[in-house]
Amino acid sequence: MEAMNEQISTESDAEQQYLTFIMAGEEYGVDILAVQEIRGWEESTLIPNAPPYIKGVINLRGTIVPIMDLRLRFGLEKVEYSPVTVVIILKFETEKGERVMGIVVDAVSDVYSISDEETRKTPELTEDSNSVFIRGLVNVNDKMIILLDVESLLSFEKKALDQLLPGN
Amino acid sequence: MSVDLSQFHQVFFEESFEGLDVMESQLLDLQPGDVDSETVNTIFRAAHSIKGGAGTFGFMQISDFTHVVETLLDEIRAGQREMEQLYVDLFLLSVDCLRSMLGSLQDGSEPDMTKAAELKIQFQAILDGEQEAETSAAEVECSETESIGWHICFKPDVDILRTGNEPFRMFRELVDIVGASYVEVVPSFDTLPEFTSLNPEECYLQWDIYVRKAVEQQAISPVFEWVEDECDITYTPLTAVVTAKADNNPKQDMEAATAESTADSVMVPELPEDDAGAELTTSTATPPIPAASTTQASSDKAVSSAAPSASKNTTAKSAKSGNKSGEGSSIRVSIDKVDSLINMVGELVITQSMLGQLGQDFDMSKLARLQEGLSQLEQNTRELQESVMKIRMMPISFAFSRFPRLVRDLGGQLGKKVNLIMLGENTELDKTVMEKIGDPLVHLVRNSMDHGLETTAKRLAAGKSEQGTITLNAFHQGGNIVIEIKDDGAGLNEEKILEKAIQNGLVAEGQPLSSEEIHNLIFLPGFSTADTVSDISGRGVGMDVVRRNINELNGTIDVTSKPGEGSTFTIRLPLTLAILDGQLVQVGDETYIFPLVSIVESIQLEKKSLNNITGSQQVMQLRDEYIPIVRLDEVFNLDRPASESDEEMLVVVESDNEKIGLVVDDLLGQQQVVIKSLEQNYRRVDGISGATILGDGTVALIIDISSIGRHTSSITAAQKTTEQAA
Repeated sequence: MEAMNEQISTESDAEQQYLTFIMAGEEYGVDILAVQEIRGWEESTLIPNAPPYIKGVINLRGTIVPIMDLRLRFGLEKVEYSPVTVVIILKFETEKGERVMGIVVDAVSDVYSISDEETRKTPELTEDSNSVFIRGLVNVNDKMIILLDVESLLSFEKKALDQLLPGN
Repeated sequence: MSVDLSQFHQVFFEESFEGLDVMESQLLDLQPGDVDSETVNTIFRAAHSIKGGAGTFGFMQISDFTHVVETLLDEIRAGQREMEQLYVDLFLLSVDCLRSMLGSLQDGSEPDMTKAAELKIQFQAILDGEQEAETSAAEVECSETESIGWHICFKPDVDILRTGNEPFRMFRELVDIVGASYVEVVPSFDTLPEFTSLNPEECYLQWDIYVRKAVEQQAISPVFEWVEDECDITYTPLTAVVTAKADNNPKQDMEAATAESTADSVMVPELPEDDAGAELTTSTATPPIPAASTTQASSDKAVSSAAPSASKNTTAKSAKSGNKSGEGSSIRVSIDKVDSLINMVGELVITQSMLGQLGQDFDMSKLARLQEGLSQLEQNTRELQESVMKIRMMPISFAFSRFPRLVRDLGGQLGKKVNLIMLGENTELDKTVMEKIGDPLVHLVRNSMDHGLETTAKRLAAGKSEQGTITLNAFHQGGNIVIEIKDDGAGLNEEKILEKAIQNGLVAEGQPLSSEEIHNLIFLPGFSTADTVSDISGRGVGMDVVRRNINELNGTIDVTSKPGEGSTFTIRLPLTLAILDGQLVQVGDETYIFPLVSIVESIQLEKKSLNNITGSQQVMQLRDEYIPIVRLDEVFNLDRPASESDEEMLVVVESDNEKIGLVVDDLLGQQQVVIKSLEQNYRRVDGISGATILGDGTVALIIDISSIGRHTSSITAAQKTTEQAA
């Protein structure tokens, strides 16, 4: 947590744009620079023995891209996919190169400019494992937006993931 | 000259490594005593361009060392020396040394110079041994003696101007280096033709350049480095000439030599006093003599004793650095391939614009033209795909090229006379496959030399020729490349193999085995029949590793052997790793792809021929074999209604010489699929080797047969333990 706070404080005061989306009535935001595109939900190919929140892989113009259901990832209630269900394709740099991944969310909301000063850290109330994905909280027009850390969200090398694997 | 040269370093390294390969292969072709001058020239040229390049990029260690090598080569080239075996060995060692030096420079580390220094001394000893007033050798000496200046005789080729080299620029640069007052340039008009036959694009002038300043040759030689091949250039130190004449009448001589120079040109301040000149002349004359006599005496011994141990060290090292530099390296493509690619892209653009036009105002009357256009597009795409694949293809000689040296060195170590025959060197193979097949091939060749071929004495006793033969053969067969490693040795010793296998518990005693089955035992882990574990093979990294490496490339390896006549190892590999011949199968709603090479047969699953062993593992009797049955939907935890139908298919696959039956719902069809990485955006998945995109744009996963095989055994093991617990 400390490392993350540091990261936030050392970043410049310049405003950063966030794309927000709705999930289970809450609004979440991701760095807009990490968003490659937004697509509708389409059938994906199952990956054997994958954790339940990995819906499978799709063909994105020749690249194999895994799709993650963010509701299931956060342990929220599962909903049926509808024609308005959207997939946000996110990309980020790792030491192994660029990594692309899609997340399924309820609906896309808005784009906000948020400066780092406005960002508040998450109160450490719970032992919730999901808190590692959260970069901070911010108030925009009296609404709370949860800013997500794309990198930790999409990292598969995390041990937490293996613990969630069925059968282990 | 403010160009950042470091951007060319990679190219320099690649060219130098290529040059070293050329040197090595040509050196191995050399027969001492019967020297083809063209071969020596080729070696010389390779060494020369390495030297030139290294000088340009400021790798003085390389250029200094290569210079000595080159000097000896030059003497051999000029017929002043005979090529001797000693020289060949020394040159080969230098190639190794240069390779490791270049390797470390490429990695950005400082090269180990001890080896180079040793070799340099040996070269120097040889050169000095017969130096007596040989000017070319003197050049080396000169660069180290202190001179008060240089006389540079610069005779450019007539067409030097065409290559964009302008002599006056060079003179100007020279002036920049040493200062205007120390340089005198004297043109000579001897070769100037009649005015009528004068071609303004040619250079008829020659120059004598006097540098009257005590500078190192290295400081001024870079000026002419770019044109070294296009001119005749000699550096003579000014000391001897000047001082000798200075004794008589320095001023007059200078003026005579520099007739063109104006009278008031500043006389070189360092112009020696009589005393200083005498001192210098003596000092230049003395050093070579003692050096020559001491080093010459020990040089022969040093060379012979250093050779075997040194070669071992360097081969190990160079192999390592080779691996390193192989990653992320570039690829050289012949211009033909690039041209044909450009052609095809051109056609593709034409087709695209044609289709675009058609689409702008389309009605059903143009349907035929649309279909025509689409079929053309299909053809373009296929051709383009093939050409792009060809870019990755390289002749297998890249992998074979190391063997002449390897066989030569090993033959020396083992005391066996071996003749290496390489066939089909132009057979093309994917670069990635090539990189990965290198080590297994080396292992097989070493193995053939160590275990396959008999000792000279045994060969003679068996009525064979003294010299053993190893044949490397590569050719295309179907969609595969086949590489054969054949020796005419004793063949596999079946009794010994069987004995060893029984001893290691790999087979039961008394189990009837065919010759073929016995031969294939050598691929099992933990198998080495070498009585003594030698340096060359039998260190536990056995044939099982070779086979595993080849299996990883989706290839197979077989061995055939005839007692007394030798053995043949046959490797079959797919031409490329990017495309796979696949069998599409259906399991539930999902489509999976099996690599076609691993499929033995596909049959209708008959429930009655299934047996349950201890209630968990199913086996099926297939002719006279029992093969374990694996249900893909169970392995992959697919949740789907258990099908009650008898319509299921069984695909019998082979991996690591074990057969497994995989149950699928249906066989769909065969097609070539392009392999895409699943790891890039996700991670490794057990049982899946990759993914591909089918014609309808959906993703299908490619089954990793060997991992399924392992999975099966681990499941059975797990089930056994749970049962025991229960």
